[in-house]
Amino acid sequence: MQTFDLAARGLRELNQTLHSLRGGQTNETVWEIVNTRGSHAIAVGVDAPLDITVRGTTGYYCAGMNKQASIRITGSAGPGVAENMMSGTVIVEGDASQYAGATGRGGLLVIKGNASSRCGISMKGIDIVVHGSIGHMSAFMAQSGSLVVLGDAGDALGDSLYEAKLYVRGKVKSLGADCIEKEMRPEHYEALEELLRRGEATGKAKPEEFRRYGSARKLYNFNIDNAAAY
Amino acid sequence: MCGIVGLFLKDKSLEPKLGELLTDMLITMTDRGPDSAGIAIYSGADDGRAKITVQSATPDADFKNLDQDLKNAIGKPVLMLVKSSHAVLEVPLDQLDSARSALTQLRPNIKVMSVGDSLEIYKEVGLPKDVAARFDVSKMTGSHGIGHTRMATESAVTTMGAHPFSTGPDQCLVHNGSLSNHNGLRRELIREGMTFETQNDTEVAAAYVSHKLKEGQNLGQALESGLEDLDGFYTFVVGTKDGFGVVRDPIACKPAVMAETDQYVAFGSEYRALVNLPGIENARVWEPEPATVYFWKH
Repeated sequence: MQTFDLAARGLRELNQTLHSLRGGQTNETVWEIVNTRGSHAIAVGVDAPLDITVRGTTGYYCAGMNKQASIRITGSAGPGVAENMMSGTVIVEGDASQYAGATGRGGLLVIKGNASSRCGISMKGIDIVVHGSIGHMSAFMAQSGSLVVLGDAGDALGDSLYEAKLYVRGKVKSLGADCIEKEMRPEHYEALEELLRRGEATGKAKPEEFRRYGSARKLYNFNIDNAAAY
Repeated sequence: MCGIVGLFLKDKSLEPKLGELLTDMLITMTDRGPDSAGIAIYSGADDGRAKITVQSATPDADFKNLDQDLKNAIGKPVLMLVKSSHAVLEVPLDQLDSARSALTQLRPNIKVMSVGDSLEIYKEVGLPKDVAARFDVSKMTGSHGIGHTRMATESAVTTMGAHPFSTGPDQCLVHNGSLSNHNGLRRELIREGMTFETQNDTEVAAAYVSHKLKEGQNLGQALESGLEDLDGFYTFVVGTKDGFGVVRDPIACKPAVMAETDQYVAFGSEYRALVNLPGIENARVWEPEPATVYFWKH
């Protein structure tokens, strides 16, 4: 295992080191990053099948744009964790700040604690599993992928939603515009079971405890009758 | 952007280290706002003496014999401590108003940063490390304090445009964000008798809170009222003689992290600001909820 002391060697060297492993053959596939102290942009833009453990709490954008790597944060994550992730897995053992997984295109983001506001905003294919609760305006304009919440959701869940699937086990404070509750069909229970398994939440919750929310599809096209409302 | 730090001590044994802890927290937030920096520190409450912190662009001339001149004017002893462009004048608590009006006669060009039983405010243009060194903040003791590092948006980069703003005795407020209805609100508050030093949006928020306190609300109620009346983006941290409050607007885009242990309540715009606090590993760390008032009292 390679240990990288962020306080001693700095952020630029960390990310350049991880980027240099892209595409090539390497035995240095297991990494541990220590002395994070809430620093920003840790392990951003990784594009290799690495196993990275980030010890401690991170600042903005940890694991942003991740491709292929499995990144585990042992503490809490600041704003924009796994923002625009493409593939791979990011697991946060603690809480996540606002816009976790924003615009994510693929891969899996797991938050073991709570996520703050705007979790999964504009998600485009990422799967997000939150063991705790999420804040307001989560999944705003979410386009595809799944957001699974074992706890509660804040105000305006799924506002202006496209085709992302939202599964919430607890209470939803309020639904956003054009977001409605939908029927759980067999394929949803099946998908949810798999998401809970991948999200290290098997045994914490059962698929039948969740409700599903999705788009009413009334905001897709401009409706001339609504012109006065704009 | 802008960076905010705050520390409200529950454990008196940490009081000698307040300035040192706050300085470290503030310097960590430098890249959130390099334009100017300021710090508010509360110490020496209920000792029968009041403090007036003043600032001058020409301290050598303005502060020369100021203690003697003020003593002659009010007929009571005056203690003065000069720190660079600022000076703290200590007067008997019951002489606060007369001392303040005498000051405007004696030295018309100096600016009053704060008045009160325990509050001192130091703020200047420059990096947090330079501002903190200039006023020797790391040596200061106290029960609670708030620091701010500014990236200016709504008004000019000047000493008076720096935070914290104080608009009432022992009251101060710092802000990360920008208000959109401050001009209208300023006009209303002027009609209510409040006075303003700048065109800054944050000063309006500070004066709003002071006005509500003057009307008899407590800090928590004043901040609740602000949620109705202040429009825009804000994370505010507010100090009073014995209280410390935090509130974020309902959208809550501006970052905020809090930590609480048996020894203290701490605020940081980012977690980075908190990493050197004693016992932070075992602190309860959370993000304040939007449109929710938090406040602590000694």
